Amino acid sequence: MPANTTTATTHYPAKTTAEQVESRTLCVLVDNEPGVLARVIGLFSGRGYNIDSLTVSETEHEKHLSRITVVTRGTPMVIEQIKNQLDRLVPVHRVVDLTSGGPALQRELAMVKVRGKGEHRVEALRLADAFRARVIDASTESFVFEITGASEKIDSFVNLMLPLGLVEVSRTGVVAISRGPEGM
Amino acid sequence: MTEMTGAEMVIAALADQGVEHIFGYPGGAVLPIYDAIVQQDRVNHILVRHEQGAVHAAEGYARSTGKVGAVLVTSGPGATNAVTGLTDALCDSVPLVVLTGQVPTHLIGNDAFQECDTVGITRPCTKYNYLVKTVADLPRALHEAFHIASSGRPGPVVVDIPKDIQFAKGTYFRPKEFQHRGYRPKIKGDLDKIKEAIDMMAVAKRPLFYTGGGLINSGRAACDLLRELVKLTGFPITSTLMGLGAFPAADKQWLGMLGMHGTWEANWSMHDCDLMIAVGARFDDRITGRLDAFSPGSKKIHIDIDPSSINKNVKADLAIVGDCAHVLEDMVRLWRASAVVPDKKALQAWWEQIGTWRAKNSLAFRNSNEIIKPQYAIQRLYELTKDRDTYITTEVGQHQMWAAQFYQFQEPNRWMTSGGLGTMGYGLPASVGVQLAHPNSLVIDIAGEASVLMTMQELSTAVQYDLPVKIFILNNQYMGMVRQWQELLHGKRYAHSYTEALPDFVKLADAYHAHGIRCTHPGELDEKIREMIDVKKPVLFDCVVDPAENCFPMIPSGRAHNEMLLGDAATRVEDAVTEEGKVMV
Repeated sequence: MPANTTTATTHYPAKTTAEQVESRTLCVLVDNEPGVLARVIGLFSGRGYNIDSLTVSETEHEKHLSRITVVTRGTPMVIEQIKNQLDRLVPVHRVVDLTSGGPALQRELAMVKVRGKGEHRVEALRLADAFRARVIDASTESFVFEITGASEKIDSFVNLMLPLGLVEVSRTGVVAISRGPEGM
Repeated sequence: MTEMTGAEMVIAALADQGVEHIFGYPGGAVLPIYDAIVQQDRVNHILVRHEQGAVHAAEGYARSTGKVGAVLVTSGPGATNAVTGLTDALCDSVPLVVLTGQVPTHLIGNDAFQECDTVGITRPCTKYNYLVKTVADLPRALHEAFHIASSGRPGPVVVDIPKDIQFAKGTYFRPKEFQHRGYRPKIKGDLDKIKEAIDMMAVAKRPLFYTGGGLINSGRAACDLLRELVKLTGFPITSTLMGLGAFPAADKQWLGMLGMHGTWEANWSMHDCDLMIAVGARFDDRITGRLDAFSPGSKKIHIDIDPSSINKNVKADLAIVGDCAHVLEDMVRLWRASAVVPDKKALQAWWEQIGTWRAKNSLAFRNSNEIIKPQYAIQRLYELTKDRDTYITTEVGQHQMWAAQFYQFQEPNRWMTSGGLGTMGYGLPASVGVQLAHPNSLVIDIAGEASVLMTMQELSTAVQYDLPVKIFILNNQYMGMVRQWQELLHGKRYAHSYTEALPDFVKLADAYHAHGIRCTHPGELDEKIREMIDVKKPVLFDCVVDPAENCFPMIPSGRAHNEMLLGDAATRVEDAVTEEGKVMV
């Protein structure tokens, strides 16, 4: 036995050295078939990867293709694994890392319900205007705002609504597309 | 294009795919398929005793032939019993098509009798799976299943077929094109990268081939090309458990298996090499040990058909994605064409270094005249069977590692073992599948008494189909590997690793109408092994061995290659004779 192992005898592998964790937005083009979302989600949960945001919708009806946008976090090695593992799934056509070629366009839509009277109500409307949120439903004591933008913008809008009588938030999750003329 | 029922389509597709044998177990949700099976003679059905056995038998069949193994089980418990086998096949990349019955489509989701969410349960343990909801989709799903199972990195595919689909009539066809346009495994390696690999190999001073099960999966041609390249380069070669037989163990360039129970020379070569050429191997934790201390000074070339195997555990300096037969063919051609002159002096020094490691004789054990040492039993088994047409399967544990260390494999597809998942109970049913594929060969399951009890019922299958498999049990009354870890890592507290009530294996063999042999003394071992070989029946061989023997060398999990533990019979470092090492080069 070499003397350089000072730790107690353990059969558990040592943790790999920590690398910088980064956030990535991946675009996954898949066959729109039953179970395909379960395959993608199952891969993330089964292998212990993070999902920060996930959106999915059919984008090409004739070709039966859906587009999944997933925001995930990991070290560069883990991100590479995630991409390779996704690519390996049979119904997956393409995996594109939208973050790797510079920052991509990312948007989210949220509907925000706020309840209140008097000064709070006026303040909510004023802030909504500043954030370019639209009123899509109104009653004498409530508004529902529709707001679109980067996730951070929606976060700050929601935070501002909190003391003004925030009731409920519904968010789509991130959709993304690359800048410039090229498609994925 | 012919009209037929879904059940008949299953038979037609199996026959069109060249399936000779299908392993299965009937039940309510597959009765129409069984009804079709019994009315034809193109596909032969083998009745197992448990669905797990069916999958392992198909794995044995597939690994020993290179063909796709086929399985047929019913819904619910039939499908869930198959899950261990599916996971095993996924881990070891074994091509299988597993057909499961399902409750009729209108009952799906209603918690019907023997219903389970088969595609949900098997999604993470298959390469792909289907739930066929109309009979029109059935022919395509069946044929695609075979294509997906056998192409790229092979794996198991499940086709779940509801009972009403089996009854429904439709048009059978063999699709010409593949529906999943996204599924295109890369076969040819990138030529520029292969050239780069040749350049790296040409200047290497301490190179090493590290090969794995991918070579066996790629086929005979890949193994032949590997042999050619190893000869051309003069480099040493080691292999994982799954890759044994791709390169002949009798060759002097062979260093033995590497990894947790690999040889001193293989692991030290991995640790000290300056160029590692990984072919069809995946750097799993039993191979690398402690990752941050894994082969610190080497450049790594990684050749694999699965891009997700690359940079998963170990960063590759050069990655070549492709089938190893194609990549190796290019490598051999380019190596010859470029007329590389390797650094002869450096290589000689490297071989001399390897010679000193070999001199350690790391597999040495203290033999006994009183009690059978398990290593000795495998050595004798090898000596008495090496000139025969022999196939070896194993269970999981110490006996498996001793088999890998002491049985010398010269050819691919002769060694069937559960590597990735480590499934106790794999070997007996696997031997059934192997024997079926090779009826005139000698098929031996090197077993442990604990493992073999997990699927013992398949002995009944072997008897039913006159498959003279030899179950060679190294009986130490312990779950030996568990006991070894408890001894070395858990303060010798042997928690539940001793089996206090074992069956009498000779009587058990009798009860199954097989042949039982017990051997308790080293002196009678040869004679009894000969008896085992000569008996034209399935044999349970109860080889009573030293219960306290440990399997060395051993890299405790999470340790580095140079932190290997050795048995007390191995030559001590200071005693290692360098003269002997020099002679061996």
